[in-house]
Amino acid sequence: MNARLLLSDGTVFDGLSLGSPGTSVGEVVFNTAMTGYQEILTDPSYHYQLVAMTYPQIGNYGVNPLDVESRSIFANGFIIREYSPVVSNWQADLSLDEYLKQYNIVGISEVDTRALTRHLRDHGAQMGMITTDTAPVNELLETLRSSRTLVGSNIVQEVTTEAPYDWPLDTPAANLDALPYRVAVYDFGVKYNILRLLQEAGCRLRVFPAHTPHEDILAWNPDGIFLSNGPGDPEPVKKAVASVRALLGKKPIFGICLGIQILGLALGGRTTKLKFGHHGANHPVKHLPTGRIEITSQNHGFVVDIDSLPKDDIKITHINLNDGTLEGFKHKSLRAFAVQYHPEAAPGPHDSRYLFQQFIEDMK
Amino acid sequence: MPKRNDIKRILVIGSGPIVIGQACEFDYSGTQACKALREEGFIVILVNSNPATIMTDPEFSDRTYIEPLNVEALERIIEKERPDVLLPTLGGQTSLNLAVELSESGILEKYDVELIGATLETIQLAEDRDLFRNAMKEIGMNVPEGGCVNTLEEAEAILEKIRFPLIIRPAFTLGGIGGSVVYNREEYADAVRWGLSASPVTEVLIEESVLGWKEYELEIMRDGADNFVVVCSIENLDPMGIHTGDSVTVAPAQTLTDREYQAMRNAAKKIVTRIGVETGGANIQFAVDPKTGEMVVIEMNPRVSRSSALASKATGFPIAKIAAKLATGYRLDEIPNDITQKTPASFEPTIDYVVVKIPRWDFEKFPGNSNRLSSQMKSVGEAMGIGRTFKEALNKTLRSLENGWSGFHANGNSNYDTMDKEALIEDMRFGTPDRLLKIWRAFSLGMTSQDVFKITDIDIWFLQHLYQLYAFEKEIAGAWQATGSLEPALLRKAKQYGFSDQHLGLLLDKPETDIRKMRIDAGVVPSYKIVDTCSAEFESFTPYFYSTYDQENESVPSSNKKVIILGGGPNRIGQGIEFDYCCVHGIMALRSLGIEAIMINCNPETVSTDYDVADKLYFEPLTYEDVLNVIDLEKPDGVIIQFGGQTPLKLALALEKSGVPIWGSSPNSIDLAEDRDRFGALLTSLNIPAPRWGTARSLAEALKVGETIGFPLMVRPSYVLGGRAMEIVYDAAGLEKYMTQAVTASEDHPVLLDRFLEDAFEFDVDAISDGDQVEICGIMQHIEEAGIHSGDSMAVMPPYLLSLAQHDDLKEYTRMLARALDVKGIINIQYAILFDTIYVLEVNPRASRTIPFVSKVKGRPFAKMAVEIMAGKTLKEIGYTYQRELPYVAVKESVFPFDRFEKADIYLRPEMRSTGEVMGIGPNFGQSVFKAFQATNIAVPQSGVVFISVNDSDKNRMIPIAEGLHALGWEIAATSGTATLLSNRGLPVRTVLKVNEGRPNIVDDITNGEIHLIIKTPLGRRSREDEFAIGWAAIKHRVPFITTLSAAESILRGLRDYGATPFEHKCLQEYYKN
Repeated sequence: MNARLLLSDGTVFDGLSLGSPGTSVGEVVFNTAMTGYQEILTDPSYHYQLVAMTYPQIGNYGVNPLDVESRSIFANGFIIREYSPVVSNWQADLSLDEYLKQYNIVGISEVDTRALTRHLRDHGAQMGMITTDTAPVNELLETLRSSRTLVGSNIVQEVTTEAPYDWPLDTPAANLDALPYRVAVYDFGVKYNILRLLQEAGCRLRVFPAHTPHEDILAWNPDGIFLSNGPGDPEPVKKAVASVRALLGKKPIFGICLGIQILGLALGGRTTKLKFGHHGANHPVKHLPTGRIEITSQNHGFVVDIDSLPKDDIKITHINLNDGTLEGFKHKSLRAFAVQYHPEAAPGPHDSRYLFQQFIEDMK
Repeated sequence: MPKRNDIKRILVIGSGPIVIGQACEFDYSGTQACKALREEGFIVILVNSNPATIMTDPEFSDRTYIEPLNVEALERIIEKERPDVLLPTLGGQTSLNLAVELSESGILEKYDVELIGATLETIQLAEDRDLFRNAMKEIGMNVPEGGCVNTLEEAEAILEKIRFPLIIRPAFTLGGIGGSVVYNREEYADAVRWGLSASPVTEVLIEESVLGWKEYELEIMRDGADNFVVVCSIENLDPMGIHTGDSVTVAPAQTLTDREYQAMRNAAKKIVTRIGVETGGANIQFAVDPKTGEMVVIEMNPRVSRSSALASKATGFPIAKIAAKLATGYRLDEIPNDITQKTPASFEPTIDYVVVKIPRWDFEKFPGNSNRLSSQMKSVGEAMGIGRTFKEALNKTLRSLENGWSGFHANGNSNYDTMDKEALIEDMRFGTPDRLLKIWRAFSLGMTSQDVFKITDIDIWFLQHLYQLYAFEKEIAGAWQATGSLEPALLRKAKQYGFSDQHLGLLLDKPETDIRKMRIDAGVVPSYKIVDTCSAEFESFTPYFYSTYDQENESVPSSNKKVIILGGGPNRIGQGIEFDYCCVHGIMALRSLGIEAIMINCNPETVSTDYDVADKLYFEPLTYEDVLNVIDLEKPDGVIIQFGGQTPLKLALALEKSGVPIWGSSPNSIDLAEDRDRFGALLTSLNIPAPRWGTARSLAEALKVGETIGFPLMVRPSYVLGGRAMEIVYDAAGLEKYMTQAVTASEDHPVLLDRFLEDAFEFDVDAISDGDQVEICGIMQHIEEAGIHSGDSMAVMPPYLLSLAQHDDLKEYTRMLARALDVKGIINIQYAILFDTIYVLEVNPRASRTIPFVSKVKGRPFAKMAVEIMAGKTLKEIGYTYQRELPYVAVKESVFPFDRFEKADIYLRPEMRSTGEVMGIGPNFGQSVFKAFQATNIAVPQSGVVFISVNDSDKNRMIPIAEGLHALGWEIAATSGTATLLSNRGLPVRTVLKVNEGRPNIVDDITNGEIHLIIKTPLGRRSREDEFAIGWAAIKHRVPFITTLSAAESILRGLRDYGATPFEHKCLQEYYKN
């Protein structure tokens, strides 16, 4: 079946339908990771985005039950160059196409993803639509242009958990209580691998909905508070910003991705939208205290403006070497730090896992 | 940590002659390194024995020593040059091993030279199999069961613990030499013995093989601050069991999940940290069990390798250049990424295409040897293809190999059409050079990819893609049959799958040109995409392109004056680095003339495919279709075809017919020189003598020609390179055998017969012409008598047996021929002199294999001058005139791959079989020739036991050689006949037994290390087996084996001079000053 990808500026790419037929709208972003499509699809941060993979051969190793980052696929659509109907990996239990269909995800293959990437790079990220609908382009564009945009929308509420839960899932609480550090996780769209790594580091985890008031968090009596990654624009997630502001100084705080943005806003900083964001697994980040380079996994369209942070209170710890944007900071007096990139990787290099240990140190 | 300021002078050691396992990829890395180091203001002292390299061009280093790569020469150079540091990680295994020797012998300490790039400890940890295994276990890595041994007894003991099949790998070797896979005890002892003798430290690793497991490589870089990046992952299509240099490989890895890939990356990081690769590149090999995902470490190289050259070309990340900078103190984040210019080198390239590399073999030159592939590398070159998908890249690479393959297709190819299923299955089980085509044949016999998987263990992902290609052929053919046309969409899909026009032509039974026209009419033309290290995330500034059939074209032709140079494609015997040397010079000349230089080539090992050499690089197959596509887009002012060897010449007429402006000598001139009838007529009209000749299209015709001309005859098929299937026949019976067994003569493919001038002396002349003035570049005399391919024979400049009158005649003939052929650029002519008559043997109106050697000796860049001429300059304007005198002597000696082919006939013949060359340069012949011998991999010792065995006709000439060696203190051993003769002359001789005379015989003596030099001329077919046995024993035990008396005489002169005068080690810059 034929499918089309439309961008809100009117650019159209032809291709073949992948996954479910239908129409799906979201912000179009490209990801330059060469492996890890399953993790990317299930990363809640991709909610309301159509993800284009720059690596052209996708589906090679199928999907498996282990490499999931959440309860579902969250990307709104998937854009690739060539789909591999052949699955070759000992762990695989489904093909990618079957997987997309299972979650009703609309995808498109046979797209010149490099041309798309160059277009987004030069013209900036924009809204797009994948559709198998054969209606005239004008009609489709009208629908697309009337869809809500990412900027200004609080889409965290669409991915956060409805009720608190403990991690690992389905584990009796008694088995968890032996873990030494109680950590409350603000779920803005948390990736499972963050939870896995925190637990491995000795954290007894409870995951709370994004809108949980700070009093409820403190009532659980945590040793530390974790601010998770999540999709979209941090600015509208006002409730969480207020909660974090109230929690600052009370407990050690560690934030990742959207977590750094929420923390930044709570400290009085500003966030801005990047032209086409950072989505990939090869971004060099410099850890300023040691000068060491970490090759990092990244996935964000917004960033905390370095100059907007209160200089006297904040120490910049990490910088992106490609474009000089903020990748990490810590509070000079309060136990709070955060990074913009993804130390939990999944997908991506494991260079930055020391940060989880750093959080543990803060809680000691 | 910025650049170190305590370093001023850096010694760089190259990799020496091109051999199997160590080819021109090290010229690429060495050249990059020298450039990078000089850019930083360091004084670079380079030592490399290979004159055919770009890196040994005097402009790439401050002090260029073309000297033997041994401790002795290096010590003198170090003593003279006083480098602060030695960088050994860019010259392959040769350089690394030499660094170890220099270090262990105390020379580095004595002269206070620091090793940079890798410490002694690092090299030993990585290269010593035992230390490496232990280090791996220490950091929790899995390695296959096994252990290291230094003796046969230890090897027997180890069998208690492990199970067959086993892999045997010698320590400190290159290209898996001496390595094997053994399946039983019987093979075991032999394999261990061989491995021990191949290892310079007499150590082999014996491990349970993980045959059939998936094989991966990671190319990594690490700096002094522990920053680590993976440049590229590579997955081998051929599973474990076949040397990675002989495997079809694919980048990036295709069938690993991110979790598995990161586990491999983490392992790599741990490994390089443990081994201590502090500044530079390394490569680590892993095997993965396809059933469980279990991963084991196979080996690592703490240096730039063949794979890193491939990884650099595959990603655009210049590993060698960065490695050189890291070694001098920089950190990864202090070096900019050339391609994006805005981002640092401390990142991991991400690519948005697929790269396939397929090796190229020359088994047909070594008849009698099995072409099955194993753990010992045997390929002589490789082609790389880039496409947006695996299918496209694979097809592009297949047609880049110049094997006559148009893609993944074997129909109509008589080698496969008749192959039955059983034979096919048996053959597919092992790797062979054409396994991919056999898989096609298997599909055509109804086998599925699962069936093929069971036989080959090739991952199903690859096989299923191959099957898609096979099935698509049916779709195309079906559509054509049904409608008599192809929908543009289907045609585009075919092109996206990488189908060549020629391949489609085979399917539709149409000429390639018809398909081309149909395709262009349908608007199906390629788009070109940039190799940019970042999948288009950042704007790139590097004009490195590949073709595909996607939507957007990124190559925007300029309006500049521009010229395309066609490269030489994959290396093979007869067409190697020398041609890339010429291409690179051509590019440099164009650029200095202000002309945009555009390179097309598909060989990832070369300097010409470095993205910053030309103004624009198209990494494309050198086929009519792919070349013309670039020409259609670029619309160049000229195309240069005379530098890339035979590859572009084959396209010459077709390109000219398509209206392409050819620069330099015209295709007609080339054809005139190649076409025997036309050329014969030309020589007659010029009154230049040539051996009597004839052509034959059948056996009867051949016999008739033989009768008219007389024997012996030099016979060969027309239009060949490197003397393929060229032989000397001595009588009608020999001719009959040749015509019936060696070649298939036909109307279109006649056999050429020339009277062979026995005992003539041969000369190679390179000259340059602007169409009017003709000047000699150099005259080389072959040291061996006629009958040995010019690419294989030893040659000396200036010639030592050429009278002034003969010299002037050579000059005059050369001038006449260049004028008659209207040469614009370079011409190479081979002459023979017999009884004072000069004969022309062959004329090539193009850059020859000897141009780099002549340029190095003369200190003049002839390939560059040729381009200036093509651009319209005259020789007068360039300011070159030939000078006969040369205040020094240079000798070129060839290097052979016989150590990889057990059944190789080591006597030199008209068919070229050498893979590389070395040069010895010095004040006189003796010194130069001795250096040249030293520079080959098998050096002649100063004294010891020489075994002499010559045929009757050589006996008299041999006596003074024996006497001379005796006078120098050599002991002489000989078989009975020769021994008697020498004893009668009063020489003390030890008699040894021939192979069939009992034990211990000569082979035992060689094996026991009791023979140090062999002088043995061919005794004829009767003693063939004997000769094979002696030859192979000599090769295995690295005993120099001299097969002609001329070479023996040269060695004697060298040995005499060696004792008499201290050797001079001067750099080219010093030689040129005089």
